[in-house]
This record gives sequence, structure tokens and C-alpha cells, in this order.
Amino acid sequence: MNDVQVLEAVERYIRGEMNPDERLYFENLRKTNTEVDLLVVEHTLFMQQMNRFGEWQKFRTNLQDVHTNLTETGKINSAKLTGKAKVVYLWNRYKRVAAIAATIAGVTALTVSSLVNTFNPVPENAKVKELVNRVKDLDNRTRQLDTKIENVDKKDSPKPIIATPVRYNGTGFLIDAKGLMITNAHVVKNSRNIFVQNNKGDQFKAIVVRLDIARDVAIIKIDDDNFKQFPSLPYGIRKTNSEIAEPIFTLGFPRNEIVYGEGYLSAKTGYNGDTLSCQIAVAANPGNSGGPVFNHNGEVIGILSAKETDAESTVFAVQSKYIYQALEELKSNSLYKNIRMSPKSSVSGLSKVQQVKKIQDYVFMVKGD
Amino acid sequence: MKQEINEQALLQGLARNETKAVETIYRENYNSIQALIINNNGSADDAKDIFQEAMIVLYEKVRSGAFELNCQIKTYVYSVSRRLWLKRLQQLNRYSAPVENLESLVPVEDEIEAHEQRNLEFDMMNKAISSLGEPCKSLLEAYYLQKRNMQDIAASFGYTNADNAKNQKYKCLMRLKKIFFSHYKNGTSDE
Repeated sequence: MNDVQVLEAVERYIRGEMNPDERLYFENLRKTNTEVDLLVVEHTLFMQQMNRFGEWQKFRTNLQDVHTNLTETGKINSAKLTGKAKVVYLWNRYKRVAAIAATIAGVTALTVSSLVNTFNPVPENAKVKELVNRVKDLDNRTRQLDTKIENVDKKDSPKPIIATPVRYNGTGFLIDAKGLMITNAHVVKNSRNIFVQNNKGDQFKAIVVRLDIARDVAIIKIDDDNFKQFPSLPYGIRKTNSEIAEPIFTLGFPRNEIVYGEGYLSAKTGYNGDTLSCQIAVAANPGNSGGPVFNHNGEVIGILSAKETDAESTVFAVQSKYIYQALEELKSNSLYKNIRMSPKSSVSGLSKVQQVKKIQDYVFMVKGD
Repeated sequence: MKQEINEQALLQGLARNETKAVETIYRENYNSIQALIINNNGSADDAKDIFQEAMIVLYEKVRSGAFELNCQIKTYVYSVSRRLWLKRLQQLNRYSAPVENLESLVPVEDEIEAHEQRNLEFDMMNKAISSLGEPCKSLLEAYYLQKRNMQDIAASFGYTNADNAKNQKYKCLMRLKKIFFSHYKNGTSDE
């Protein structure tokens, strides 16, 4: 007998399908062969379980059928909830969901309305106005930024030599040999007294002669007897726009000493497409404001003015042509009628080191209180 | 007295899985159980599930021969359903307020425990058979659950003769028994 036949015999035995002779023979086999005996015990258990399982399944199927049947004939009112029962049912089932949904809806509504208030673009008619005021808006923003930066700087940098507490601190550079300087308007506009300090540590008093807050350009004049006029300036001021990718370098006073920085012109316009300024990539710190931006010829191409707070090395500079404009406007005052600026640079062609060496004496720290 | 005889007849019919008996018990009890579930944070589907579970508990009870009619079917079904629903609510963490106790109750803890044990076993069996894949699943179901004979099975499954079908069935059975007994041992050793 092979395994298949043994199993068949076992199953017939368990079901009681054997005739008396077979049964006698099989029971003898069970007694002599423990393997067969074990198989019978094991298989009985299995068959019992299978039978119960089968009946359980059948009963379940039957219940389903009965349920469907009774529902269809309307003898039980399953899934056909009406009136109060339905309301109670829906309420019980969804009250928690409803509570959560209501909470979420409330929070969302509040959030959305606040977001809308924050980010909603100004409506169409206000846009025209915005165009008019845009420069000013930007300027305001820039100024706030710089004030913040300078406040930080004030805390961190060592105290300057002068006794009066310094509130604003920036950089400026000469545009004529007699002592006219350019810096950012935001550096000096809130100061009563202005001092400039050169790289050797000499301090001179200065006065504001022109303040152009819209362009963020200020012209100040060194008004100090100790100041010795220079014979001429080593650099020129560029009248035309510069090209993207042009290498640039900056000089400034983020600390008590002059600091050199190197980068490139990254965009022809400034923050949010501002055509007054351009974007440069250079490391700039609080105190660099008002400093000159030079191209490789040693020509001033801009005045470093602002830095984007949330982007690294994104710095904006007022384009140099506005220096000419500011000066032109200043010339209406007869005192400054004969000021001439040269677009030509005498350090052009020199190495960076030589250029900086010659230029650095014309760049000053501007301090205001 | 008459009602008692009626109920006894119903239970005997239920034990034999007679549709008429099942239908009668179903019809007479379902609505009150549905009301119970729905008034206690449940849905119509929950009600159906719970009621059918309770019916299975009753079915197993009368089949075991141990069901002495010391209470009405109604009371028993209600007690079981209530207990099952409370358990379900606790599992779902939806337990809110205690289920109202309007009807008289009989203790059903033991039966429910036995029922849960059975459910586990049958689930296990169900999974084991499903995991065999075809043709084993159908072959074994036809033979052991539908109790068809091998000639019939061989013909409907397309085997050339009953012996081929027997050989195939034998292989399938060995696989199923292997799974079944490994689970069975695990199941019992857990206790």
C-alpha cells in the first residue's frame, strides 16, 4: 500500500465507510503499525476541524442569505433607516467626525484668512500707486534691513575710537580729490554728527551735502581742517551699465579695518527687478553699506547698498550712473559747480594688489551718531 | 409552555442549519439588536456583524448540546450581542457611554471566549486553505467541505481518472495538514 492508499483507507475508516472485514483488518493494522495508528489519530482531529469549519462556513453563508432575504422582503429594517433612528444613527456615527471637521474648518478658515491678508497681492488700482512708490518702498525695506544689520554690528564690533556712541556705521568713498564722498543715504540720514575714518585710523568730520533717499545715495563732504586734499583720484566712476559676469571687488569697513571682497556682477537689476541697482555676488557684512564696487579696471560701477537677508551672497548695489545724476543735481548749488568726475581709472591694468593698495586710502569708514 | 416548545424546535432547526429556523430567529431578534448597536455608536453594518456573530455563538452552543433553555433565545442573543459590541467598542477605542441595560441579561462570558477561540481557529484554517492556491483550494474544498466523491471531482476538475485526482488531492492535503498542524501546535502551546 502506498501513502495515497493508506490515507484513503484512513479516511474511509474515520467515516465508517468500511465493511466489517475491512474494518477488522484495518484495526489489526492500527494495533501493529504505530505509524498508521498515529495517522488515524492525527487525521481524525484534522477531519473534525475541517467538518466544523465547513459547517461554520455554511452557517455563515446561510446567515448572509437570510439577512439579504429578510432585508429585501422588508421583514427586518436593516439599511433602511428612517426617521428618528436614522438621525440618531447618523449623529452617533459622525458626531466625533463632525466635531473634528468643525475644528479643522475653523482653524483652516482663520489660517487662510490670515494668509490671504498677508500674501494677497494689492488689488489692481493700488498697483498703479505701488509703481509710483515702489522705489520708496524698496528703500524703506532696505533701510530697515540696514538698520537692523547695523544694530547687530553695533553690538558685535569693538567700539570706535571716538567718544560719541556710534549708531550708524557704513563705508564711503571719495568722488573728488577735495573731499566729496559718496555713501548710502541710509547710512547717514538719521545721524546728527558724521565722522569718516580712513584706513590709518585718522578721523575727520563730515557733513551731508545731498541726500537722495529714493536712490539711497548720499553725498557728504569732509569738513575738517586736518583733512589734506588728494592730488587726484586713482579710480574713475563708470557712466554706463556693466555686464553680467564681470568680475568685481569691493572695499569696505565691516570692521575697524578695511576689508576686501571679490565676486561678480550677477544681475543687471536689483531686488525685485529694481532698475536703480544691480545684483552682485560677494560676501558682504553690515558696515559694507555705501562702499564702492569696482570692476577689474578699478572703475566704480556701484555703491554697495543692501543684502538679501535670506539668501547668501546676494547683495545689491546702486548703479554708478546715479552717482553722476546725484552730482548733477548737486551742481545746481553754485558751491559745487566745478566738480568733475572722471570715468577713467588710472589704476586700470595694474594687478589687484596694486589697485587695492592705491585705492584703499580713498575709502573711508562713515560713522554717525 | 407552548412558546418553550416552539423555541426548542427552533433551536433544533438551528443546530441543523435549517434556513427556516435561522430565518425565524433572525427575523424576531434582528431589529432589537440593530437598535442596540445604533443607539450605542454603531452603524447598520456593525449591527449586522454583531448580530451574525451572536447567531454563530448560539449555533455553536446548541450544536454542542449544552444549551439548556434556561432563558429565551431573545435574552441570550441580546446578552451575547451586547457583550460582543462592548468588546468591539473597547477595541476600537470608541467606548463612550455604558450600553443601556434595558433587557434582562444572562452571563455569556464563557461562550464568547470559546467563540473567539473558534473564530481564531477558523480564520487560521481559512487562511491556510487560501494560501494553498489553485487547484488545491478548490480540490480540497470540494472533497472535505462539499463532500463530493472523487469520481465527480475528477470529472469536474478535468482529471483523466479518479486516481490522478486522488494523487493530486493527496499532495494538496499534505501541504494543508503541514500548515494546519504547525499552527495548531503553536496555537495550543500559546495557551
